[in-house]
Amino acid sequence: MLKRYRGAWIGYLFLTPWLIGFFGLILGPMIYSLYLSFTDYSLLEAPKWIGLKNFETMFQDRNYIDSVKVTLTFVLWAVPLELIAALAVALLLNKGIRGIGIYRTMYYIPSLLGGSVAIALLWKNIFGVDGLINQVLAYFGIAGKGWVSHPDYALYTLIILSTWQFGSAMVIFLAGLKQIPSELYEAAEVDGANRFQKFWRITMPLLSPVLFFNLIMKIINSMQVFTSSYIVSEGTGGPINSTLFYTLYLYLKGFSHFEMGYASAMAWLLLIFLAILTGILFLTSKYWVYYEDGGRS
Amino acid sequence: MLAHRKTSRMFIHLIVLGIGILMIYPVIWMLVSSFKPDELIFSDPGIWPKRVTLEHYKNGWYVVRDTTFGLFFRNSFIIAGIAVIANVITCSMAAYAFARLRFPLRRVFFACMLMTVMLPTHVTLVPRYSIFHSLDWIDTYLPLLVPKLLATDAFFIFLLVQFIRGIPRDLDESATIDGSGPIRIYLKIILPLAVPALITTAIFTFIWTWDDFFSQMLYLSNVKKFTVPLGLRLFIDSQGQSSWGAVFAMSVLSLVPITLVFFFFQRYIVEGIATTGIKG
Repeated sequence: MLKRYRGAWIGYLFLTPWLIGFFGLILGPMIYSLYLSFTDYSLLEAPKWIGLKNFETMFQDRNYIDSVKVTLTFVLWAVPLELIAALAVALLLNKGIRGIGIYRTMYYIPSLLGGSVAIALLWKNIFGVDGLINQVLAYFGIAGKGWVSHPDYALYTLIILSTWQFGSAMVIFLAGLKQIPSELYEAAEVDGANRFQKFWRITMPLLSPVLFFNLIMKIINSMQVFTSSYIVSEGTGGPINSTLFYTLYLYLKGFSHFEMGYASAMAWLLLIFLAILTGILFLTSKYWVYYEDGGRS
Repeated sequence: MLAHRKTSRMFIHLIVLGIGILMIYPVIWMLVSSFKPDELIFSDPGIWPKRVTLEHYKNGWYVVRDTTFGLFFRNSFIIAGIAVIANVITCSMAAYAFARLRFPLRRVFFACMLMTVMLPTHVTLVPRYSIFHSLDWIDTYLPLLVPKLLATDAFFIFLLVQFIRGIPRDLDESATIDGSGPIRIYLKIILPLAVPALITTAIFTFIWTWDDFFSQMLYLSNVKKFTVPLGLRLFIDSQGQSSWGAVFAMSVLSLVPITLVFFFFQRYIVEGIATTGIKG
């Protein structure tokens, strides 16, 4: 035992920054924020234990319920749209056409730039009353609305912004498609399979691990959208809470109302929700994700 | 048959090119609009400017009194630069330990590290703020940089562990026989061979730090310490939407560094995304 770990100190030496960070900035704060979620805490005064009150308040808090609805609506639209767009374009680009590098760059640029404040500001303009969309509509004689300032449409402009950034998922799909051996398609053709059959029997099963991975990452990222909703709604989540994303409300509660216990409780519910959702996806994955080593395992 | 194939190829090119142009149109329109007089921004959806002006770049640059966007750019470069160096060093150290060294609890810590990859940052948000507040670090760059010095971006550790595992162990072993210790092996063998993964780490650290609006807004309040994203936010705070030209001008400038990084390191970015599923 001792001999096996001779010189173990050198491992810890290399791990020192990570260990301090893990205990000091991740694990410690996680446990502390769990404690804070049962308290009333305003940063300047010591936390006061209030039991489950934060969680009880949450389910009567109109704004909290709105923020959950907004975030779930967003995820349910943005994640499928983005993945479908990414897959469709990846399939088109995978047909061995020339100039694939240039196309890939064109499609990737929105993903590269999309997370910035600059693009969020651009979106606010494009979907504004005098914005690009309405200018184009006016060209066809249609009078547009102020999309970002209308409670029925504001969230959908953000869904479009997110879908627009399908390029990074597309790059992952393209890499996945390249891994599929072409002999499989040739063999299927010999057997008289049509395009439809080739897609559902070869492409989709072999791409399902990549799809599964993309799905989980997109859900986790979409649940935490912040910059675009903050910029487009000028930090309010408006109009009428229509873009009040979960993380935006959490930020407002914690850092402009200074209800930091409440904000911690919100963060823990988000973590628990994501953990359960990821767990369910992993459990169902054996029915639809195909792994080459060991077939459907 | 051949003719049929040719027309269908043409057709695919047309679709792919059409959607592609539609995709980047907003960005190009913003670039062109930043040179248009204000009234044309609100009336001209085309990308051929009828009149050109540099006025917006001048107005945007001096958005607030006593400060310029030049300062915001300098601040952003300092933060992103230190973050890149810190991440490359500390993440590669941790990755080397996980991939090559033996010590008690290695598997436990490795599992902990993997779990933090998917952890939503909000769970640590309030305690971190309160720690930094009690250390009197609010309104300094320390809350943005110290987490990078402590290797908290687990994703990069994971990426580097995968890469280092692919480096043949024979190299380490022959170096050990020649009398090299783990520190020498890390410096002379692992780091040089892991350069592609280190570049991927550096590029994405740069892009994410450059774009990181949330933490910068949370921790910085003095305008002199503002970064580029915070400078851009000043437009919605102070002037409403009265001057979209200036907003576009500074937005365009803010995207230049990331775009340049992309064109210089395109290969690493595309490979990084394709092999690890990193969010670009």
